[in-house]
Amino acid sequence: MDILKVTELTIGKASSPIVDKLTFSVAQGETLAIIGPNGAGKTTLFKALLGLTPYSGSVEWAPNMKIGYVPQRMEIETDIPLTVEEFFRLRGSVATPEKVHEILNYIQLDASILKSGFGEISVGQRQRILVGWSILDNPDVLLFDEPTADVDIFGQESIYKMISHLHETLNLTILLISHDLNVVYQYANNVLCLNHQKLCYGAPGEMLQAEHLQSLYGGERGFYAHTHEQNHSHTAS
Amino acid sequence: MTFDIPFIQILVTSVFVAASAGLLGSFVILKRMALVGDALSHVALPGIALGLAFHINPFIGAFSTLFLAVVSIWLLKYQTELPVDTLVGIFFTASLALGILFIPEQELLEALFGDIGTLGLMESIISVILSIGIIAALIAIHKKLALSMLSEELAHSIGIKNRALDFVYLIVFALSIALGIRFVGALLMGSLVIIPAAAAKNISRSLHGFMFTSVLFGVLSAAGGVILSQLFHVAPGPLFILTSTALFVLSLIVRKLKQ
Repeated sequence: MDILKVTELTIGKASSPIVDKLTFSVAQGETLAIIGPNGAGKTTLFKALLGLTPYSGSVEWAPNMKIGYVPQRMEIETDIPLTVEEFFRLRGSVATPEKVHEILNYIQLDASILKSGFGEISVGQRQRILVGWSILDNPDVLLFDEPTADVDIFGQESIYKMISHLHETLNLTILLISHDLNVVYQYANNVLCLNHQKLCYGAPGEMLQAEHLQSLYGGERGFYAHTHEQNHSHTAS
Repeated sequence: MTFDIPFIQILVTSVFVAASAGLLGSFVILKRMALVGDALSHVALPGIALGLAFHINPFIGAFSTLFLAVVSIWLLKYQTELPVDTLVGIFFTASLALGILFIPEQELLEALFGDIGTLGLMESIISVILSIGIIAALIAIHKKLALSMLSEELAHSIGIKNRALDFVYLIVFALSIALGIRFVGALLMGSLVIIPAAAAKNISRSLHGFMFTSVLFGVLSAAGGVILSQLFHVAPGPLFILTSTALFVLSLIVRKLKQ
């Protein structure tokens, strides 16, 4: 069953659209990765899916879909007067203390973080909190906008493991913007290559071939899947 | 020093007006619009001029122009992609100039710097009621407001109507400024909103602590200003600002000591 159907979606000026006549669909339980260079329109696409930006064409969600959203990054002052606990409470009545503790288990953070300032914690911890925040209300779909931007490589791995764990235990459909092709290779069912237009769509094994990546990123770029655990070099240019 | 009825009336009114302004201030600071808020408060001045010219209550005059101003900001923000803060800075400082030109000289001083000494009983009661209304409204929407200020996208994703919320916030802002004009005048009103909250932010780690301390500092500054003005027979407005500035300096010291 399709949970999302996007047809001829166009965003921005007709002369130079940010997203141009994009058509794709997402099935329930699927993890769709959206890849593309900077400025390709990935975040703008998410904004249209959330109804935050005007567009032409159609975006149809299945009825009564609850959508969770994890933003790319938040500009937070380090001394913002807001504790992590209060940040959860901003969510309203769904953020009961029991629910918040249950969520902390999912995102593998200790309860002591609740008393910390939301601006004091590390970027990686904040990303986990944002992921936790987005699943407070038991959503059906999660939109992750590059959930690991600004997080170091070890932090990134564990965030993706966590997302994959959520996907399995909560039966979520996931739309994921990522720069990390290895993550896409490991976790996505389908890949959408976007550079204003849809350049490719399909299973990661087929889509992460050199010719697709060349047309997407330019240059002689290929992707090499993991051969052994210690090797963290994925792209060659 | 005598604690006669007018003094107590002024003290009570000031405390309520400052409490609502302090609470509003915590959100003005969170939204990082301290300077915009200050410039916006100057829009009250041509309103007072109009009120004086047409013999209507200056509060109503001030609120009318502030209302027009916040509605135009709201429309500008959502209908165009112009940088709102620049326009606010230019347009609203111009309205200060306009007000100065058109307000009769003897009333100009009062409009610029406020004079709570001439406050009637009815006006006091209305001010207190409106202040309580502002506080109640802000408490009712504070979670949504804080979230929307943190990230509009996050707020939208859980069904918060950012535009409507922004509109309510701006109306509360206009109302609070119009109330405070009587107390500290159009020139210093921005400070009545901003300084107690800026001081509170220095020593607060939680949102609720921040809101509470901001109100507390507003109340302390207002009471201090009014009592000192009675002692030294000068206008309370400037003393209020000086008291809150002293609190701000203290809060900075406390913050440094904590680090």
